[in-house]
Amino acid sequence: MSNKNLKDYWKRNLLYLVVLLSIWFLCSYGAGIIWKDSLDNVKFGGFKLGFWFAQQGSIYIFCILIFVYVWLMNKLDKEYDVHED
Amino acid sequence: MDVKMWTYLIVGLSFALYIGIAIWSRAGSTKEFYVAGGGVSPLANGMATAADWMSAASFISMAGIISFAGYDGAVYLMGWTGGYVLLALLLAPYLRKFGKFTVPDFIGDRYYSNTARTVAVFCALIVSFTYVAGQMRGVGVVFSRFLELSIEMGVVIGMIIVLFYAVLGGMKGITYTQVAQYCVLIFAYMVPAIFISLALTGNAIPQLGFGDKLSDGSGMYLLDKLDGLNQELGFAAYTDGSKSMIDVFAITFALMVGTAGLPHVIVRFFTVPKVKDARQSAGYALLFIAILYTTAPAVAAFARTNMINTVSNKEYSTMPEWFKKWEQTKLIKFEDKNGDGKIQYVKDKAVNELTIDNDIMVLANPEIAGLPNWVIALVAAGGLAAALSTAAGLLLVISSSISHDLLKKQLRPNISEKGELLAARLSAAGAVVIAGYFGINPPDFVAAVVALAFGLAAASFFPAIIMGIFYKRMNMQGAVSGMVVGIALMIFYMLKFKFGIFDGGKEALDGLKSSWWFGISPEGFGTIAMLANFIVSIIVSSLTPPPPAHVQQIVEDIRIPRGAGEAHAH
Repeated sequence: MSNKNLKDYWKRNLLYLVVLLSIWFLCSYGAGIIWKDSLDNVKFGGFKLGFWFAQQGSIYIFCILIFVYVWLMNKLDKEYDVHED
Repeated sequence: MDVKMWTYLIVGLSFALYIGIAIWSRAGSTKEFYVAGGGVSPLANGMATAADWMSAASFISMAGIISFAGYDGAVYLMGWTGGYVLLALLLAPYLRKFGKFTVPDFIGDRYYSNTARTVAVFCALIVSFTYVAGQMRGVGVVFSRFLELSIEMGVVIGMIIVLFYAVLGGMKGITYTQVAQYCVLIFAYMVPAIFISLALTGNAIPQLGFGDKLSDGSGMYLLDKLDGLNQELGFAAYTDGSKSMIDVFAITFALMVGTAGLPHVIVRFFTVPKVKDARQSAGYALLFIAILYTTAPAVAAFARTNMINTVSNKEYSTMPEWFKKWEQTKLIKFEDKNGDGKIQYVKDKAVNELTIDNDIMVLANPEIAGLPNWVIALVAAGGLAAALSTAAGLLLVISSSISHDLLKKQLRPNISEKGELLAARLSAAGAVVIAGYFGINPPDFVAAVVALAFGLAAASFFPAIIMGIFYKRMNMQGAVSGMVVGIALMIFYMLKFKFGIFDGGKEALDGLKSSWWFGISPEGFGTIAMLANFIVSIIVSSLTPPPPAHVQQIVEDIRIPRGAGEAHAH
């Protein structure tokens, strides 16, 4: 494969990382820590929202992020023909 | 049957299972010993990683810690799961593509120097030894509490079991026993949690019961009730913390980055066949971990509600049987300061009459909730599974550091395959004995040092690996000076603020809190030490020559998945 293609592949990979890690940061450090107190004014069920993000929600989102990454990268590998076998 | 019989039965069956698996999966080559031959399926590897990762601390102590810390407990919940996102996105696929057997392998090759390799071996050994001592102690504690054996006897039994399957099977034996151990530990964790959730809220799913209304007819939400109970007794509301925001931030970050930098976790991703599998396997691992980690905060809230309701302002003489039983083990201490025969459990230390150990919240939870005897026995088996699986993973890192990174790669490059395998087995055996010694005679800093393990991994491995993959210009001089500065800074900060070595010992620690750098506790300082590592590495590398062409080629190569092949030695 040409160098130009490899560079594009790597750039797309980095773009995915930036987007996914921004979500990672916003839901844990953002919603769970920095904005926790204001989000706590919102309640759903017995949970205050900020507290829920810190002790439950961020963990669910972490799981989803990894599987989204797996799906995006498998697609990207095929598109640039760098997938294994 | 009584609790003790049930415990012998269930623990005995689980041990027979682990030994059976060990005999079935003996390792015949160094490749099998180090990376299970590179043929583990992503699902099995995810399960094994989850068991590897969840230690005695996760299983026994974490819910208890959260129970007392309330919101602040989130640092562990987010810190010990968020690291997997970093691992999956930034490390696992690339390290899998690189192949090889160990983390020092990567550092040594990427930074083309045995100095870098040796620094990495040194870090891996410190991190793993501190961590494994705590696991063996956990095994001893479970044995002594449930089977009334001495802690020493418990540690010795644990050593023999681990010795058997780690030495015989290496990574192959460890992987498949860890899969079994995951099943045991998650079942043991969920059964009491579901029972208690049903009893308190009528909801069978603890994650939902946590946010549900109490089923006592009051119509109050559990968490509102708990906030109220906490405040009545002078504690901060359960859903609010008492740590500063910057400290919560720093601790969470240090734990996440430390998780991603722990060698016994990273090495698990060398065992799957492809890059694609490494990514997917990290997802499965987190999913399996999340089952326990989203249940733990629910267990914490249930246990605290139950506990306060049972003891607060009640007559000491009316306490249930479990209270007396755990008093004997000194995990519950009651001192009737005002002589009224009632238990005052409050924040004010001068008035408070009850001290409760963190570990009780999981170990005694089934008894507090009045669950059947077999559930109590199951918790013992689960605690042992968690401790043994983590200990085995750590022992493998120790043994491969010695037989592969030191012996094969440096001291005796001509050693035969058979010789290396023997050396790996002997060093695993040696490591078990040393770990057992520390389990029986724990230095009083064990607990403190486990926190250091994360700080050290964050301050040393994480930056070196990340820049090795994402920053082609990073060279040997930069990486080595970064790792050395990061570790040195972390060790200095721990000695000063965790042990008070420079200021006259532990008594000085409270007074030193006001001089914490940026208001960050030693537990969170890994974040700062990691930043220092990054900065020093980048400055030093920009002043020294770029890495040679073949190393830059390695970096190009690990960035694309095709051609990963099997893990190989050369």
